[in-house]
Amino acid sequence: MSDEIVWASATELARRLEAGEISSREITEALIARTEEVDPKLHAYLQRTDDRALVAADAADTRHAAGERLSAFDGVPLAYKDIFVTRGVTTTCGSKILENFVPPYDATVVARCEAAGLPMLGKLNMDEFAMGSSTENSAFGPTRNPWDLDTVPGGSSGGSVAAVASGAVPWAWGTDTGGSIRQPAALCGLVGVKPTYGLVSRYGMIAFASSLDQAGPITRSVEDAAALLNLAAGGDEMDSTCLKEPVPDLLEGIDAGIDGMRIGIVREFQREGSQPGVRARVDESLTRLEKLGATLEEVSLPSFEHGISAYYLIAPAECSSNLARYDGVRYGRRAAGAEDIVSMTSRTREEGFGDEVKRRIMLGTYALSAGYYDAYYGKAQKVRTLIARDLERAYQQVDLIVCPTSPTTAFRLGERTDDPLAMYLSDVFTVPVNLAGNAAISVPCGLSDDDGLPVGLQIIGRSLDEKTMFRAAYAFEQDLGFGERPQL
Amino acid sequence: MSLTEDMYETTVGLEIHVELATDSKMFCGCEVSFAGEPNSRTCPICLGFPGTLPVPNEKAVEYTMRIGLALNCHIAEHSLFHRKNYFYPDMPKNYQISQYDSPLCERGHVDISGDFGSTRVGITRVHLEEDTGKSVHMGGTGRIADSEYSLEDFNRAGTPLVEIVSEPDIHSADEARIFVAELRALLESLGVSDVRMEEGSLRVDANVSVRRRGETQHGAKVEVKNMNSIRSVGRALEYEERRQRDALDAGEALVQETRHFDEKTGTTSSLRTKEFAFDYRYFPEPDLVPVAPSRELVQQLKESLPELPAARRERFASEYGLGSADIEVLTASTKTADWFEAAAAVYGGDPKKVVNWIIADLYGLLNEAGFELHETSFTPAQLAGLISMIDAGKISGKQAKLVLTGMFESGDDPEKVAADKGLEQVSDAVAIEAAVDEVIAENADAADKVRGGQMNTIGFLVGQVMKKTRGQANPGMVNELLRQKLSS
Repeated sequence: MSDEIVWASATELARRLEAGEISSREITEALIARTEEVDPKLHAYLQRTDDRALVAADAADTRHAAGERLSAFDGVPLAYKDIFVTRGVTTTCGSKILENFVPPYDATVVARCEAAGLPMLGKLNMDEFAMGSSTENSAFGPTRNPWDLDTVPGGSSGGSVAAVASGAVPWAWGTDTGGSIRQPAALCGLVGVKPTYGLVSRYGMIAFASSLDQAGPITRSVEDAAALLNLAAGGDEMDSTCLKEPVPDLLEGIDAGIDGMRIGIVREFQREGSQPGVRARVDESLTRLEKLGATLEEVSLPSFEHGISAYYLIAPAECSSNLARYDGVRYGRRAAGAEDIVSMTSRTREEGFGDEVKRRIMLGTYALSAGYYDAYYGKAQKVRTLIARDLERAYQQVDLIVCPTSPTTAFRLGERTDDPLAMYLSDVFTVPVNLAGNAAISVPCGLSDDDGLPVGLQIIGRSLDEKTMFRAAYAFEQDLGFGERPQL
Repeated sequence: MSLTEDMYETTVGLEIHVELATDSKMFCGCEVSFAGEPNSRTCPICLGFPGTLPVPNEKAVEYTMRIGLALNCHIAEHSLFHRKNYFYPDMPKNYQISQYDSPLCERGHVDISGDFGSTRVGITRVHLEEDTGKSVHMGGTGRIADSEYSLEDFNRAGTPLVEIVSEPDIHSADEARIFVAELRALLESLGVSDVRMEEGSLRVDANVSVRRRGETQHGAKVEVKNMNSIRSVGRALEYEERRQRDALDAGEALVQETRHFDEKTGTTSSLRTKEFAFDYRYFPEPDLVPVAPSRELVQQLKESLPELPAARRERFASEYGLGSADIEVLTASTKTADWFEAAAAVYGGDPKKVVNWIIADLYGLLNEAGFELHETSFTPAQLAGLISMIDAGKISGKQAKLVLTGMFESGDDPEKVAADKGLEQVSDAVAIEAAVDEVIAENADAADKVRGGQMNTIGFLVGQVMKKTRGQANPGMVNELLRQKLSS
């Protein structure tokens, strides 16, 4: 019974709840038991809120008994990356500087899921302030990949993927600034979506790079991803950058198939030094898509080559400003015994921030400084415009673009921590999408022959055309039937 | 003007900050208000809590455009908010959301005139930003340097603030003072701010430089701060002008620096030297979308501007026939000018009478009590009523002054105050006649003298009647009756 619950999709759990076959409490208890079992090995959770979840589950059951439901997923538990502010529940963003920060308000994503009746199981580990590709930058210890405990789950949403991949929770929220949902989803055999920039409210999502950050679902099925996104997407008056246009039902037409869809293969990505095992699975996937009725053609995106450089100027620049507020004055950690404001602020940040965060703040400050702004930040923004234009032009020829999500499978813990640039290169396929603002999904496309670890296929859609992206991902997923699970 | 003074020319540029009187703050819904317990009007947004986002106050944007239009500026088609980055504990995010190279309004002007003649002062720009909180330094004299610790009050943080920058078109302390007064009157007439320098809703900083006439190179720019009244602006700049001239006379070099004006001594002293400009690392605010006011909106705002001070002054001259001195006093405050017009309208007679009563008598009472005209419960109709009573002969001019004081204190109508004070001039013919008959009977000798042709004795008899009626008889009537009765 509990095994059925643990590996059931959220959609399946919702169906069983609706049919009265199971209660929210049973689901929640089973997930808690599974978490007890696997989390000591994984360290996916920074904080568990079991009691609160059980109270919410009971409330859902009471509602169901009275024939009421807050949503189709009322009573299906979930968990949040610790970057989403949760009222009354400590939110650390993976950092010592917010170690004891208890927010007085909820992020919009959280508020909407709570309003839909989804019990919260806890807050998930992440790279500090979302900066990283392995979750090794968490101030509270890394998270391990359920597929191989000596490897990283990817980052920065490592806790989210480890929890979902191990069955501890059916679905979770992550965030993606340069690939932080898609890359870990690929490394852990999951579905991860970065929606179009502006589709989901960023209110209450602790900012790293404001013009790039987006919240997105991490799930074990494409259908679940569309469903979770449905619950939170749409205009928010608390976020000026959140689009006001009404969001269509993203599940509608998801099974319509991809006959006649035009799929682009990026010429410039053919040269990338991806791991052979990754390349093999991706090539097979392209063949599969053709079999399903899509046509493949080559598109050229010459400015994509500069994506990493542009990203690693824009993101640090924005983060250097976004993280200035952590000074020990109003909340969070404050260094003790300082004699004046300058030393209090410096010591608070020196003690509270990890190395990667400091590195990016310095990079970003430099990129914005007088005399360098035009050469660095200014130039990077121009490259960004070129990337967006390349994509726009490509989408006149094709409906979707497909490529690997990550150039490699999960690497070993400690393998890249001494070489930040090697770490940054994990993002080469994902970063341009954030720069342009388009939607993208990573779906599992098999296990690598090299090491038996999961490989992810990235499908990039037009901005605000999540439905086409979901349709292709769904068709692919159903045909492939990827059913492997990590052996924990 | 001495030969020495002729040798130099002074150049002044002013930077004025105006706190807007909107209901809520610039980027959140907190109330904007001058008073209140510290940190009682704050929320996660204006406190810069993690994950919060700014949402612009539309009214503040509108007010800014109105100010720009009143200053004859061009309103930008496409305006951006920028982040101004620096660390200071009164600034929750450690960046201020402001505007940089694309302000809302540019290239305007204000015409001023005074003893120096008339001149046009250019307005470089008008932009919108958020105000900081307030620091209170404890344990010493109140300045930072000798304090033990500081407290931060964020009630003011996030208040919409408009910055107005003038071109360096001002060439004397007097011009500067008049410019500030005119600007203040203009802002007041728009109803966009309380514009009280002593409360901080209008703040003035000046840049002053003096050089030898004929020099093409500009003199060292000295910034002068802490001028807390219009009068202080004049005093501070007079002092600074003299200081710089004396220094140049003595062959001393002037340094670019910031100087603090001391109210008590009327002098400026150095705060810090400005060898280089601070690098604020401005970049466009990624959390806000550009402001793009349509030309239709701009036209609408232009058409809806109220009567501005210059136009009002002209109208007071042509419509009421008032002299420039009176006009200046009346139009110093929009509310005073409004009050005057209301009183004149109710009165319906010669407006100069109303002016005289306001300036000669009412102002005296107001100054003593420390009120402004519109702050009393005294209404324009009441003043009009008082003057009408004099016209109708119900009280004398002298009595009216007493009534005015009474009205000022009690807020009662003139009729009631006069009656309470027993001041109603007795014009009842029967009552007066009775008194006159009595006096004639009691002063037979004097009466005989008048009958005999000694007219100057009538004065004595008039006095006796006035005594008998406790000064309330209408002296004209008394005189007339005595003459009638004593004519032989």
